[in-house]
Amino acid sequence: MDFSLFAELAINGALSGLMYSLVALGIVLIYKSSSVPNLAQGAMTMLGAYVVLAIANGIGLPMWTAIPLAMGTMFFVGMGIERVALRRLAGRPIIMILMMTLGLDIFIRATTMAIWGGSSRPMSIGISDEPLFLGPLLLNRSYVVGAVVAAALFAIFFFFFRTRRGIVLRAISDDYIASWSIGISVERGVAFSWAMSSVLATTAGVLWGSVQGVNQGLALLLLKGLTVAVLGGLDSIGGAILAGLLLGLLEGVASGYLDPLVGGGSRDLVVAATLILTILIRPHGLFGRHDIERI
Amino acid sequence: MLFRQSGIFHTSYADARALFPLPADRWMIGLLLAFALTAPLTMSSLVLSTHLLPWLVWTAAVLGLNLILGWAGQFHFGYAAIMGIGAYTAVHGARNGIPWEIAVVLGGVMAAVIGIVFAFAALRVKGLYLALSTLALQFVMDWVISHVPAISGGSQATLQAPAMRLLGQAVTSETGLYYVALGWCLLVTVFMLNLRRSALGRALVAVREKDFAAAVIGVHSLYYKLVAFATSSFIGGVSGAILIFTFYRAATPEQFAVNVSIELLAMVIVGGLGSIIGSYFGAAFILLMPGLMNSLIAWLAQLAGASLGVETLAHIPHAVYGALIIVFLLVEPMGLGKMYNNLRNYLLVWPFGYARK
Repeated sequence: MDFSLFAELAINGALSGLMYSLVALGIVLIYKSSSVPNLAQGAMTMLGAYVVLAIANGIGLPMWTAIPLAMGTMFFVGMGIERVALRRLAGRPIIMILMMTLGLDIFIRATTMAIWGGSSRPMSIGISDEPLFLGPLLLNRSYVVGAVVAAALFAIFFFFFRTRRGIVLRAISDDYIASWSIGISVERGVAFSWAMSSVLATTAGVLWGSVQGVNQGLALLLLKGLTVAVLGGLDSIGGAILAGLLLGLLEGVASGYLDPLVGGGSRDLVVAATLILTILIRPHGLFGRHDIERI
Repeated sequence: MLFRQSGIFHTSYADARALFPLPADRWMIGLLLAFALTAPLTMSSLVLSTHLLPWLVWTAAVLGLNLILGWAGQFHFGYAAIMGIGAYTAVHGARNGIPWEIAVVLGGVMAAVIGIVFAFAALRVKGLYLALSTLALQFVMDWVISHVPAISGGSQATLQAPAMRLLGQAVTSETGLYYVALGWCLLVTVFMLNLRRSALGRALVAVREKDFAAAVIGVHSLYYKLVAFATSSFIGGVSGAILIFTFYRAATPEQFAVNVSIELLAMVIVGGLGSIIGSYFGAAFILLMPGLMNSLIAWLAQLAGASLGVETLAHIPHAVYGALIIVFLLVEPMGLGKMYNNLRNYLLVWPFGYARK
């Protein structure tokens, strides 16, 4: 066993795992406020990346203005999705809500493809392709940037949830009926969490787009984001970060050693297996709240 | 009207408990059956083999999924994988000289055995987590099917299904294949109709409504969850096998990928949870809609004089399919089956609407 190979796989895996956390954070935010497992987060990630490209290439703005503009657009897209599709489903059985987010996933994906076409396009945000050496280890610069952004977002959320609006969201996630009764606008809080998670999706879309190109593959980040969210606990922001780190590490190392044995493609297998094992062993994840069901 | 109830008096329990207590329903079923049986004579062979046949087989599969989702209330996001297991087992069996009927049943049994693996997740978690774990199992099954050469015949390979032989007779004509599909679909339908009034069906409904409460009144919920998973997997496995033998004629891993699972779920939701006639509607709707939509959009584009790109045209049906799921959930969450029932209830008492219970 070659230690430097192991370390390289582990560190690159962990860094890319932090980028999965970006997708997972969006899922966690929405689940926290409204108990809706958003299976459309992958599609929203993809849409965010396409909107950035549309603004940058279509209008011809430089990247650093296109990205905030796209985030602003996606903010309202997220609010719109909540208003049109999810608000009326409140209180319905979970199967309806799951199916709704799946329908949204299909709809957003297909509409994006129909408007902008499916060919992969590059997203250059000024990260050089030159390798970054950390001692003997070779790191991917994009992953490092992504990991830094994920860590920064975690810090932002850490402070955000101590502001007035953040406390409102926490109250909603704790008990929405009680929040209602003391005059918190639950609808507005939930809409705000959808909007924020759309902005997060744009961030994830930009970073992943710069790594793998902007194409339909971005929507497949859903499975990884979902696994990270479940592993960390569906209502834990910190859990999403730590689980991203863990999953990325596991995926990087396991697929690094498994791929030569099984002929490639073991990444998704590792992720799916992690999801199943998490659910079977510890359904509420590492840091999630363990709800006790009433009869 | 068609559904007049007046003058119908049930004088025995058997009458009142019949599958279709109203003569109007019986007439309608008879007409539909007659139509289904004579379809090879009245329909062109193209419609028969590209519309009716897949519709019937998919309906059988949707009924199987409805058993687990609509009746037992357990989420199954990996139903396509179950169908794939049945299909691959049956095809391998038939290729190795096992008689077709036994191979198909073997496919069903194999699917049921693996379906019980899915059920072990159900014994531990429910709701959202069950949905996610079955979704993950679907990914695992996809991976296994496409990465184990002994199953799929190598990656990106197609596995040719041998010609079908039913009771020693080779079935190759479109009419013959259609009747096989029709027979299986009717069998599943009759099973599901009767399930509703059997002890098993009532136990499943009790588990769906609240598994703890069911346990309190003496329904062993774990046992019934296992039974539900095994039964619905058996139906799914056999449907998958019949789908391959009568429609696709060759098995590839993509036929049973995760988007097929979601399509099946969409059929159940659009048709209506726990509705048998809804399963027929839902399968027809989701199967036929993309083709219709494509021709409609092409026609509209021609009318407006606009030229749409090939790529746009290819993706619009998907967008409409997603939009339909959204619209159905917003407008009529119980699906087409519920719409049919509303209409039927309206006609039952028409024109005396106030007489409705």
